[in-house]
Parts: sequence; C-alpha cells; structure tokens
Amino acid sequence: MYLVIFFIFGALCIGGALNLLLQRHPINSALSLIVVMTSLAVLYLLLGAEFLAAAQVIVYSGAIMVLFTFVIMLLNAGEEERTRGSRAAYLVGFPGVAALLGLLTCIFLSVRTPLGNAQLGGGTLVTTADLSRVLFRDLLLPFEVTSVLILVAILGAVALARKES
Amino acid sequence: MFVPIAYYLVLSAILFSIGVAAFLIKRNIITVFMSIELMLNAVNLTFVAFAHQWHQVSGQIFVFFVMVVAAAEAAVGLAIIIAIFRTRNTLNVDQMNLMKL
Repeated sequence: MYLVIFFIFGALCIGGALNLLLQRHPINSALSLIVVMTSLAVLYLLLGAEFLAAAQVIVYSGAIMVLFTFVIMLLNAGEEERTRGSRAAYLVGFPGVAALLGLLTCIFLSVRTPLGNAQLGGGTLVTTADLSRVLFRDLLLPFEVTSVLILVAILGAVALARKES
Repeated sequence: MFVPIAYYLVLSAILFSIGVAAFLIKRNIITVFMSIELMLNAVNLTFVAFAHQWHQVSGQIFVFFVMVVAAAEAAVGLAIIIAIFRTRNTLNVDQMNLMKL
C-alpha cells in the first residue's frame, strides 16, 4: 500500500519537474512546480513528518508559489526567448548532471539493505509536539535569529522593489 | 510493503538533477529561480528521509529552517527581479551582464 502511494506521488513529482523543464511559458512551469511541492508533502506524510507536510503545503505551495505567480503576472512574462545558452552548459553541464545522477543512484541502491525501510506506526511519527519541544527549548536562539532574518528580508524586498522617486 | 529509504534518496537525486538541468538550460530568470526552489525541495526530501531512518527530530528541524530561509530568499529574489525588469525591460538572463541596475 505504502509502496503504491510512494510510486504514484513519486511519479507525479518527476512528471511535474520534467514539465517545469520542458514548458516554455513561465506560468506553466510555476503550476507544475506546485504539483511537485504538493506531492512532496504527501511523501513527507508517508515518512511520518506531519508538521512538515502541512508547512510544505502552506509555505511552499501556498506562500512562495503565489508570490512567483504574482510576479509572473505582474511582469507579464511571455514565452521564453529561444537564445543559445552558453556552450559550457551543454558540453559540461549535462554530462556532469547525468554522471552525478548515475553515481548517486548506484550508491543509494547498493546500500539499500543497510539503509532499511520506511514504515509508519510504532512511534515513528514525529508529532508537532516533539518538533516544537526541540525547536523552542534547545534551539530557541536560532529560531529567534530566523525571525530577524525574515524581518531583514521584508525590509530588503520593500527597499528593492520600491519605485525610484 | 515497506518503502526502502533508498527509493526516497533516489527520487530526491532525480529531482535535484532535473533542477540542475533546468537551471542550466532555462533562459527566463523567473524559471531559473524556480529551479533553485526545486533543488531546495529535493534536499529537503533527503533530510526528512534520513530523519525518519535515524529516528531523529533534528533532521526535520533542518527542513524547517530551510523553508524559512527559502521564503526569505524568494521575497528578496523576486524583488530584485522586479527591479531588474523595471530598468532593463527583459527577463532573459543572457541580457543581464551587469550588477549595476
């Protein structure tokens, strides 16, 4: 059952990512990225990360992708121009990416047995209470520092996108 | 019917490679930015898979911080894209070769 759900949503992830790569209009790429992120949320649920699954839907496919689609519509971004990219990207980039993928896949599949299986139940579910206990007790300072980071990012975004007077 | 952890790692390797490929061949700056988000998501999946394997909460804490930083990065990056579009009137990365606005 888990295997079936994993394959369905894993295929959705890969299909969405390939669609992002192949579409020429940015709005289609943005919508397929939303598919990838929502299927990843289901995979997080399969791995017992319930808080992260909710946060993935709210933060990534909610906030960030709405921001992306908003900017695409605001800038009226049309079809991508077909210009020749750098030759190095095609000559070195693609063989490099293929080699990286092959190497990683070989390594992961060769250590498949020691890595073990993912299973739900039996206390493997990390609840929001467990997560917040670590986050707000042991890691309180980093958490507060990230709130300062977000404040700085808001100020930076406003300062950058402001019209020059 | 358990799913091996290795399958999750292979899936995230595939997603990361697609992200790198999209980063290399896409010519629209917004799509390039979206492929960076795709790579971040692939790494998040690895973190969650290993957190599940070792029964550790800290892996999920990492993902939480990555999400926070990605949200901040998206806001600033899109603001920069808007500022560039206002002065250059293009979104093509080939025509952006100066850091000056």
